[in-house]
Amino acid sequence: MIGAKHPPKNAMEYLMDSKETEKSNAVKTNLSVKDLNVYIQDKHILKNITLAIPEKSITCIIGPSGCGKTTLLRSFNRLHDDAADVRVTGNVVIDGEDIYGKGVEVTHIRKKMGLLAQRPTVLPMSIFENVAYGPRIYGVKKRRQLYEIVKNQLVSVGLWNEVNDRLKTPAIRLSIGQQQRLCLARGLAVEPEIILGDEATSALDPISTAKIEELFLQLKEKYGIVLVTHTLRQAKRIADYIAFMYLGELIEFGTADAILNHPQKQLTKDYLSGSFS
Amino acid sequence: MRKLEEKIFKGLMIGASAIIISILLYILYIIIRKGIPSLTLDMITKVPSGGYYLGKEGGILNAIVGSLLLITGAVLISISISLPVALYINFILHKNSRFSNIVRLSFDILYGIPSIVYGAFGFMLMVFLGLQASLLGGIIAVSFLIIPIMVRSIDEVAAYIPRDLIEAPQSLGATRYETLKVIVRQLMPGITTAVLLAVGRGIGDAATVLFTAGYTDSIPVSPGQPAATLPLAIFFQLGSPLEEVQNRAYAAALILTAIILLLSFSARYFSAKLSKSKI
Ligand SMILES: Nc1ncnc2c1ncn2[C@@H]1O[C@H](COP(=O)(O)OP(=O)(O)O)[C@@H](O)[C@H]1O
Ligand SMILES: [Mg+2]
Repeated sequence: MIGAKHPPKNAMEYLMDSKETEKSNAVKTNLSVKDLNVYIQDKHILKNITLAIPEKSITCIIGPSGCGKTTLLRSFNRLHDDAADVRVTGNVVIDGEDIYGKGVEVTHIRKKMGLLAQRPTVLPMSIFENVAYGPRIYGVKKRRQLYEIVKNQLVSVGLWNEVNDRLKTPAIRLSIGQQQRLCLARGLAVEPEIILGDEATSALDPISTAKIEELFLQLKEKYGIVLVTHTLRQAKRIADYIAFMYLGELIEFGTADAILNHPQKQLTKDYLSGSFS
Repeated sequence: MRKLEEKIFKGLMIGASAIIISILLYILYIIIRKGIPSLTLDMITKVPSGGYYLGKEGGILNAIVGSLLLITGAVLISISISLPVALYINFILHKNSRFSNIVRLSFDILYGIPSIVYGAFGFMLMVFLGLQASLLGGIIAVSFLIIPIMVRSIDEVAAYIPRDLIEAPQSLGATRYETLKVIVRQLMPGITTAVLLAVGRGIGDAATVLFTAGYTDSIPVSPGQPAATLPLAIFFQLGSPLEEVQNRAYAAALILTAIILLLSFSARYFSAKLSKSKI
């Protein structure tokens, strides 16, 4: 056994080493974070985060407001790049490539991830063009091909039947819930490997929320999904893995069952029991 | 007491609005009443004959064409300077950066400069370059006048672009340039408004073109020739001692107003259309 020679300290480090992962047939990962530190205006916001996101499952990031969940999610996508007052150190590795490494093209990194914001942000164009936007910038020009992509993605988020007769109307005319599903379709159209969501359902009504959650459960067959969840209940409903953060630190990471039912750290226990939020 | 105060202010507001609207209506009434009788087909299809000061014959086609050419040129030049400036200070630099605020302040000051100063400045520049009063000179002077208007009004709407909208194309892998294109689409109504403001201000201004564009009875065929403009056609004809010629000034004013209204409506129509189509 591999573990016998170098006993891994915890599940995360175990996951970090892809060779061991393959041999032991454990959870595979295509996104891992090592010693990630983020400073905003010289404030230490994320502290030594080390985490491996399992593929083809839903990982929920939970923790009290202001603990750094959004900051962490944004660093997966290098969305801190344009902010002059943000400094990032450490590694974020996707498919064996450190995205903060030298000479790495940011557009190429971002193509691998679809991001769902808190409020849906449709582009100022038609429903069709919203989904076609990504493929277009990657050079798909043929009308037929674009139509196929748009149709497939709209089908996969369950919007096709609702909108196929008005693909040319401005996307902004859709309901908020439909807009969020459109954003998901738009993200899927660039064929990402990972879907990131930052409280992606917090602006939605319960029915739209349920639809999106159901979609996540389907999509995890193909994608790794990382969600910042604003309610513990949502994490309980859909998470396969849970990361609990507190004051910029990753306190505990594990399967949903392990974290929810057998938390190891006192802080986690307190948070789950609602002592603070 | 509070009730009374509320009533007083409500009264003041209604009063002020009523005054503004009645002045506006009165102006329209005057130019329509005095202008309509002189507004013949000749006015908009012929160039003047008999001199612009005393002439009662012909029309003001020279000024209509001159003004349209002038404002088109000035808007094209101005938008290709103002839009990049507004985008740069909002989206390339941080919108509250020091440099952005210095740029804003500069354009605020330029905004407040009276148009006759731009006219004089343009004139000086032309003397320096050895140019005569011409369509091109007028275009440059009017551009000076309207660039600050455009920059400031695009800048104002740019402040309302949410960060999420900038990040949406970015997170799909769009380059900075591609992201800017999306932002420009979102800004389209604001850009339209900016152009309209600029057109309204630029096409009606007499002082900027007085020395720079000159005046002529013929239609300019090259940018180096002098060009007549509607505000100057109004100005010169109003200065005539003959009432018949004076009334032609009102007809010219009516035409100018009609052009501005026509441009506003069509710009709004096209901008609405544009924001529906693709990239
Ligand atoms: N642009 C910023 N400027 C200053 N502080 C920031 C900025 N963004 C985030 N922070 C700080 O970083 C911490 C983590 O924020 P965030 O990641 O948004 O938390 P969460 O998403 O968990 O609520 C907070 O204390 C917040 O005040
Ligand atoms: Mg957050």
